[in-house]
Amino acid sequence: MKFMLMMHGTRKGWESMSSWTPAEFKAHIEFMIGFNAKLAAAGELVLAEGLDVPMNAKVIQAGKGGAPVVSDGPFPETKEFLAGFWIVDVPSLERAVAIAAAASAAPGPGGKPIPIPIELRAVGAAPPV
Amino acid sequence: MAAGGSPLLEELLREHAPRVLGALARRCGDFSAAEDALQEALLAAHLEWPASGAPANPGGWLFRVGCRRLSDAQESEAARKRRESRAGEERTEVTADAATGEDELMVHDDTLLLFFTCCHPSLTTPSASALTLRALGGLTTAEIARAFLVPEATMAQRISRAKQTILDSGQPFALPAESERARRLEPVLQALYLMFNEGHLGSSGPGLVRVELSTEAIRLARLLRAAQPDDAEVAGLLALMLLTDARRPARTGPDGELVPLHEQDRSRWDRAAIVEGIELVSRALSRGAVGTYQLQAAIAALHDEAPSIDETDWPQVLALYRLLERATGNPMVTLNRIVAEAMVDGPARALESLAELEQDARIAGHFRMTVVRAHLCELAGDRERAIVEYRKAASGTANLPERGYLIAKAARLEAEGGG
Repeated sequence: MKFMLMMHGTRKGWESMSSWTPAEFKAHIEFMIGFNAKLAAAGELVLAEGLDVPMNAKVIQAGKGGAPVVSDGPFPETKEFLAGFWIVDVPSLERAVAIAAAASAAPGPGGKPIPIPIELRAVGAAPPV
Repeated sequence: MAAGGSPLLEELLREHAPRVLGALARRCGDFSAAEDALQEALLAAHLEWPASGAPANPGGWLFRVGCRRLSDAQESEAARKRRESRAGEERTEVTADAATGEDELMVHDDTLLLFFTCCHPSLTTPSASALTLRALGGLTTAEIARAFLVPEATMAQRISRAKQTILDSGQPFALPAESERARRLEPVLQALYLMFNEGHLGSSGPGLVRVELSTEAIRLARLLRAAQPDDAEVAGLLALMLLTDARRPARTGPDGELVPLHEQDRSRWDRAAIVEGIELVSRALSRGAVGTYQLQAAIAALHDEAPSIDETDWPQVLALYRLLERATGNPMVTLNRIVAEAMVDGPARALESLAELEQDARIAGHFRMTVVRAHLCELAGDRERAIVEYRKAASGTANLPERGYLIAKAARLEAEGGG
């Protein structure tokens, strides 16, 4: 079963990261690298990426005359945005929840969990067995 | 002969791979090391055979090369140990003795043992399936990764972890006692069934059927049956696969869209597969102790032998679903039982049962339930509600062909009402 784990960021959270100490920031990044390595070693990681800040995002929509309309977005006033994601392939929902819980506990200031909200979505929909 | 991956070469290698693996593992007592050695032998064959032609005894050739790799690996491991501890250890040397090697290939058929090893109880079902495809199916890691739609590196790690788990379990490479075997067969059947289903109905993406995986699962189930011919559940599983796969040509339309059972052109079903499946399940059922795979196969058989949906033996289908429901307690089975109930006792009675099933938290809100409700409303002549339910069901699945089917269904009902 494949699941997508979406790490949600908030504007406030993102801005407050600039006041973390370098050591706190390093610990956070090291946690993520180690976390991904563990998932890969378990044969569970399909893909993981962190995303650029939403300020640099674009929204593209097919326009009426056939020319696409490209606009800035999701908009400077956005409070929540997708910060990064994992796609994992695991035997059960329980395992996906455990992975998401571990990701959510990534260390922030003072080495304590931030904690990051992780949205969990199944990829596709198969009947339960 | 064509170079590299010619189909004939592939077939030859895959035919011999399980036997050679069994003989190698028997030799060194270590499944994981034997599997590595076999992979290297297969690679060597890929490189050498296209130019030199396949050897007269392909199994013997693979075994000798595998043995050499095993002894090389042991040698370097021993050297490492000597460097580390200087303690000379007694060990059984693996030598590439051609004559005994071929004897081993002839005498033992380790197919069953390999199935038990690959589908070790401590492995998850997806891991067991992957390892079985490699060790018994002779597929490459890249092919297995493609079939399960994960990156090759992920699959490689999964397989190597699985082998490590088997190694850590410390279980010797030997057949479990006769009394243990039925229990040990369960994860084997489960892994094959997962493989078949993954191919039969992928849970996401544009393709409804990933044919190769289903075909492979059937091939492996045949292999298992040849190794364990008296087991009724093994026969039941093979029958179930054949009877389900027989409908494959009629299951999808020209654009890959889903065609449900009652709309399928039954003349396109694979008759030979149906005959074989029915014969298998009939014989298995006559043996007594009926398992869940046999029950599912028996239901599939009733559908496959009916000339049309109305001429199906629904009372019999319903009775079998009731047995299956009792045996599994799976709410999906209950849902299927309700569909059969509609055909026997009418949609009103079935809708009552559905309302009851809605109390079950394991399935409440699942889109399959909505599909069934839509279907029952349609049967009952409640067109308006059927349209609403079909639309609701469509928004509840990410399987594209299925979604397309449900949307089309709602649109058709709407057009019928307007016209």
